[in-house]
Amino acid sequence: MRIPPRYTQTAAKLVMGLATLATLAILVFIILFVLEKGLPVVGFKFLLSAPRDMGKAGGIFPVVVGTILLTLVAILIATPLGVGTAIYLTEYTRESRATRIIRFGADCLAGIPSIIFGLFGFIFFVTILQMGWSILSGGLTLAFMILPTIIRTSEEAIKSVPNSYREVSFSLGATRWETVQKVVLPSALPGIVTGVMLGVGRSIGETAAVIFTAGSSLRMPSSLFDSVRTMSVHFYILAREGISTENAYGTAAILVITILLINLTAYGLMNRFVAKNN
Amino acid sequence: MNNKIEIKKLNLHYGKFHALKSVDMPVRKNSITALIGPSGCGKSTLLRCLNRMNDLIAGVRIDGQVLLDGIDIYSHSVEVPELRKRVGMVFQRPNPFPLSVYDNVAYGLKVAGMRDGSRISETVERSLKGAWLWENLKDRLDKPALELPLDQQQRLCIARLLAVEPEVILMDEPCSALDPIATMKVEELMLELRQRYTIAIVTHNMQQAARVSEYSGYMLLGEMVELGQTAAIFTNPSDARTQDYITGRYG
Repeated sequence: MRIPPRYTQTAAKLVMGLATLATLAILVFIILFVLEKGLPVVGFKFLLSAPRDMGKAGGIFPVVVGTILLTLVAILIATPLGVGTAIYLTEYTRESRATRIIRFGADCLAGIPSIIFGLFGFIFFVTILQMGWSILSGGLTLAFMILPTIIRTSEEAIKSVPNSYREVSFSLGATRWETVQKVVLPSALPGIVTGVMLGVGRSIGETAAVIFTAGSSLRMPSSLFDSVRTMSVHFYILAREGISTENAYGTAAILVITILLINLTAYGLMNRFVAKNN
Repeated sequence: MNNKIEIKKLNLHYGKFHALKSVDMPVRKNSITALIGPSGCGKSTLLRCLNRMNDLIAGVRIDGQVLLDGIDIYSHSVEVPELRKRVGMVFQRPNPFPLSVYDNVAYGLKVAGMRDGSRISETVERSLKGAWLWENLKDRLDKPALELPLDQQQRLCIARLLAVEPEVILMDEPCSALDPIATMKVEELMLELRQRYTIAIVTHNMQQAARVSEYSGYMLLGEMVELGQTAAIFTNPSDARTQDYITGRYG
């Protein structure tokens, strides 16, 4: 017997609605859980003072600084490489076997587990190039890890720039590079920034790739060749070694808030980008 | 020399498709030459050969000559961006950049390396006047160009082109997105521009060709079927195929 459409309609709506609700509930639960456990220790003092007793007491200032520096190095290296690759693939080459292989390579790179990047970084940067456990080794490793994300999002952003803009620009006597600079990049910028922000988010939250390459020193770094500990690594060590659950959650709370803020910014930019293109 | 452009034995292959078949055509200086013919006859393709816009399309092969003031624009010594500054184009759909009115008109100047702000402003004003937009827009130069009505957008595109001081203006169905009144304004503008520029226009609209052009070429399946003074072509075509098209039996 056939179920009347109006029931299947209602049932479908209900099931999809529940799926959405469950997704949202999990997200809210995780965030609230971490914040509830972590927020009591969080404050300016926690953020801005040095850890004592391996992190059992005191704050996480060097860890915050280390995270920011690592992310900065990664972004500063990955952005020009990634955006450059995206511009080359979209503006300077015609769709061919070679571009498809490059794209496929980027997608594969995106799918590699971060611990493999960590291992590669450890062998290549730390050992072979003798950079040691350092901000530089960690930053370079992270840069390779987020490169595919930046390439693909930039590529999409550049592709979504209407072709008529390019055509007009050429017809007014602009060269390819002038067109890229003056027309394509400004229009694609919000999309590119979104990709970079996603990269920032991944770098900040990364654990496996940096523990092998940036080390886990709790001292304040004084150069790019110093070892640092990121917030995620700090959390991992505090929890794993049973040093301090409170401070582990405090670190986690700050991490979650930071990533939330970054994703909100990326989301806002994405919306602006979409609105502008319509 | 009365011919600004001379097209000689121009062939264009698009992959295996022979899109232009040994086309010969002059474009006379300070006049309007119209290219007419049914869809797909190659008239837009021919127009785009004149500023080498077809170079951007993969799989296009061109042989023959296009002489601009006697010099072949397809010879190796020609700098294509420089050529495009001399031979400008107005497109089918108004396509201003998502910038202000001012920045749209100034675009070509900045690309050409002009840095002097007051000279840019002067040129922007002169170009907008040239496209009959100055009175409308002089107080709204920082307004986004995409907020203008379509006919003003199209005239803004013309102003943007005038700013780079081209010698030839190619128009690829410039009025097909416009209503009749806006079309009339653009046509009047074309008649005025003719005094200073050489214009070639592709149009679907037979009345438009009759109203604005002095010379016309009728194309069919990549061939130039008939070429001559517009009045002669429209009143007394010498080829039966032209006759069919003009009287509406075909196309």
